[in-house]
Amino acid sequence: MANRIAVALNALADPTRRTIFERVGAAPGAVGEIAAGLPVSRPAVSQHLKVLKEAGLVTDTPDGTRRVYRLDPRGLGALRDWLDRFWGDQLGAFKDFADQQESSE
Amino acid sequence: MSIAPIVQSVTVAVPPDRAFTLFTGSIGRWWKRGMTIGAKPHEEVVIESRAGGRWFERDEDGAETEWGKVLAWEPPGRVLLGWQIDAAFKYDPDLTTEVEVTFVPDGTGTRVTLTHSRLERFGESAERIAAQLGGGWPGLLQLFAELTEKEA
Repeated sequence: MANRIAVALNALADPTRRTIFERVGAAPGAVGEIAAGLPVSRPAVSQHLKVLKEAGLVTDTPDGTRRVYRLDPRGLGALRDWLDRFWGDQLGAFKDFADQQESSE
Repeated sequence: MSIAPIVQSVTVAVPPDRAFTLFTGSIGRWWKRGMTIGAKPHEEVVIESRAGGRWFERDEDGAETEWGKVLAWEPPGRVLLGWQIDAAFKYDPDLTTEVEVTFVPDGTGTRVTLTHSRLERFGESAERIAAQLGGGWPGLLQLFAELTEKEA
């Protein structure tokens, strides 16, 4: 679960990436718009956006020839999905165990 | 702000009192290996049979790792557990989400329903983790608040 949230927090531990993330949060945009006025190169901004995307913090959608980045609203949703599978697996294991006890009695 | 609880059910072949005993008393035997938080695989998982009791795992060396506590002990129909494991899968005594398990007769067996609620508290815990990692991040706190509201 963790892993998902920890990856997100790690991604945001970098101050430049945090700035980029906050910019995307303030207004969705393409790389050029996000990079404008930042003291980092556009390729560097692209790289940071890639990390944020892999961490589940932003998504990108094509808009003509460019890609528009916006915040990924699923943040805590990812945690919930993980827990849902986690408990499904555990209850399945409990059922196997309990039914086995029944048939061995 | 709240997040919809997770609800999962299964029907088992044994009656409620037996299901309750197996679920709580033999949890270390059915809990999936590797899905624990101790440094080593669990040898045992213990749910102490009383309100206020501990919920923890024990490894082969006898080392114990807390999971949470028993909030309500009502055999054979219900147990309410405090799950004190955070979003980074670490024990956090300042965090309690709730895992309620009910045992309802279903034919000759039992319908077992598990509800994990108060999930919004994970967001608060995530905020603490964020603060520990990087100092004050007002933007991130705000983000988590917004995400939780969207989930609600």
